[in-house]
Amino acid sequence: MTKSSSPLRREWLLVGIIVLLALAVGARAPVFLTWRNALDIGNDSAILAILVMGQMLVLLTRGVDLSVASNLALTGMLCALAAKAWPALPLPVLVMLACAIGAGLGFVNGWLIMRFQLPAIVVTLGTMSAYRGAIFVASGGAWVNDHQVHPAIKGLPRDTLLGLPMLIWCAAAVVVLALVLLRWRREGRELYALGGNPSAALYAGIPVPRRLVMAYTLCGALAGLAGLLWVGRYSIAFTELAAGYELTVIAACVIGGVSIGGGVGTVSGAVLGVLFIGVINGALPVIQVSPFWQQAIAGAVILVSVVLNARADRHRGRQILERPAAAMQGASA
Amino acid sequence: MKALDTWERVLLALIVAVYVGFGAGIDGFLSPYAVADSTYNVSEKALIALAMALLVVAGEIDLSIAATMALASLAMGFAMKAGAPLPVMLAVAAVTGAACGALNGWLVTRWKLPSIVVTIGTLSLYRGLAQVVLGDQAITGYPETLSTWGNGSVGDVIGVPWLIVPIEFVVLLVAALAVGLFLHRTVHGRRLYAIGANPVASRFSGIAVDRYRFGLFVFAGLMAALAAVLLTGRIGSTRPNLAMGWELDAVTIVILGGVAIEGGRGSIVGTVLAAVLLGSFTFALGMLNVSGIVMSMIVGALLIGAMVLPRGVRHLRTRFA
Repeated sequence: MTKSSSPLRREWLLVGIIVLLALAVGARAPVFLTWRNALDIGNDSAILAILVMGQMLVLLTRGVDLSVASNLALTGMLCALAAKAWPALPLPVLVMLACAIGAGLGFVNGWLIMRFQLPAIVVTLGTMSAYRGAIFVASGGAWVNDHQVHPAIKGLPRDTLLGLPMLIWCAAAVVVLALVLLRWRREGRELYALGGNPSAALYAGIPVPRRLVMAYTLCGALAGLAGLLWVGRYSIAFTELAAGYELTVIAACVIGGVSIGGGVGTVSGAVLGVLFIGVINGALPVIQVSPFWQQAIAGAVILVSVVLNARADRHRGRQILERPAAAMQGASA
Repeated sequence: MKALDTWERVLLALIVAVYVGFGAGIDGFLSPYAVADSTYNVSEKALIALAMALLVVAGEIDLSIAATMALASLAMGFAMKAGAPLPVMLAVAAVTGAACGALNGWLVTRWKLPSIVVTIGTLSLYRGLAQVVLGDQAITGYPETLSTWGNGSVGDVIGVPWLIVPIEFVVLLVAALAVGLFLHRTVHGRRLYAIGANPVASRFSGIAVDRYRFGLFVFAGLMAALAAVLLTGRIGSTRPNLAMGWELDAVTIVILGGVAIEGGRGSIVGTVLAAVLLGSFTFALGMLNVSGIVMSMIVGALLIGAMVLPRGVRHLRTRFA
């Protein structure tokens, strides 16, 4: 399923759409094109980008992780509670704790899926509500409010380095790590092979079960990290935190060209998918569209992008029957 | 039809265990009124689970089904505000549900898209549209008849006061019978299994696979409309968050009922039993003052347990055989 030229074209198309969108909104409201607003959009997109990198690893293996938002909220709550109980915990320990808890929750997903040969969608549907309920059990239903959230957690996303908030640096680091893993590391390349054809991957000697569990564990670890950042950024932890966010994460992947059927997707595409959602969400209030539209627009965008994707796929399949010029036109349309 | 296959027997035993166990522990749990009450918990969800079961058997899924309910209820509310009589309101709800289902079906069959992606998209779209139109308002003032359908019992209607079976539950039983006969007793039902097991082979053996898929999505939309009418009548209002998250409950019921998520296997008897099990179980937890979110945690764990258990048993059996 890997294709040489078409992902590149698709990404440039996305870049074009995002730039056009930003310019169009900026023409109506110049405030949209300021550095300040770009930072806002970057900040808003950073957590989504971290989650999308994890989700992408899972999608590549033909799986899906619906529990990311619950994992994020549970880890965020546990870290907030831990920091409240032991104020002496230094930030690096908290970050490691978040990654470890998230990875543990992700490992449970991967293990259930691998060990019992269960469909990922159902397992993560189950853990989605199980983890969500565990937040309530852990916190007794109480909120961890602004003044109770540890200053170190609150400070983490706000600190700046070289003029950029740490939140953006964290996202950038995760994106670079994902890029390295998927482009140059054997383990990452094996994820593509596994998603493209699981049985062939098994015969080719790829340790399929281990890679599956790896993908879910990494996805969980990133969700945990995102949980700590989320709690810090909004300085609150409660049971319904980020409820329903898993759909946004999957939407960003789909818009960015990561196939739900496995084996197809690039880091750059996924990042562009995140930026696309970030720009749209940033633009709505600026051009005075009610926030109620946000979800409807997100849904429409997902549908349009999957339909366009399907069309591109079909043209590729028919190329033998068409003249090259016509095929080129069709694919770029 | 093997109505009581192994898994269905397990479900039946679990239902008995719930009623006996909680009946011994909770005062009044086994009173006829409480039992009748416990069915409210389940009837509307089971209606959409029936449609979901057909879809999953055919290898598809519809995550937008609860959002469709919100839109159907919304359309009904608008019809009422425009002064339409009850039959017109119902027709408007049905048409809205069918239209939502038809859009899903069209996207899946015309563009060859995986239904999970399509319906994640339409879930956002339908739910978002309901929010755009309603904002944070609610529509109230539905006619008395709707409230009777949602809250009344059969006995009230036919004048036999001791017959306290809720109307909603009867609607569910009739729907389950119809869907069950369709799936297990007609050639169309057999074809759904074939499509779920191997769509390509089904296509080559002359089954109009896409037409069946499209029809199933429209049917899911219609069932969502029916469930929406009952739910709106029961709670007496239309809100943008109507039936929020119910798509997951419906999927849970279907999986717990023994329908294989990869398609091609499952029964309506199992689906209904799973719905009753889940409904009575959460009703009992509610009587014990367990909060909703903990309930959903237990349901999530149940869902995983329901899948792991049979495979674990099969595994042990092969190891020791």
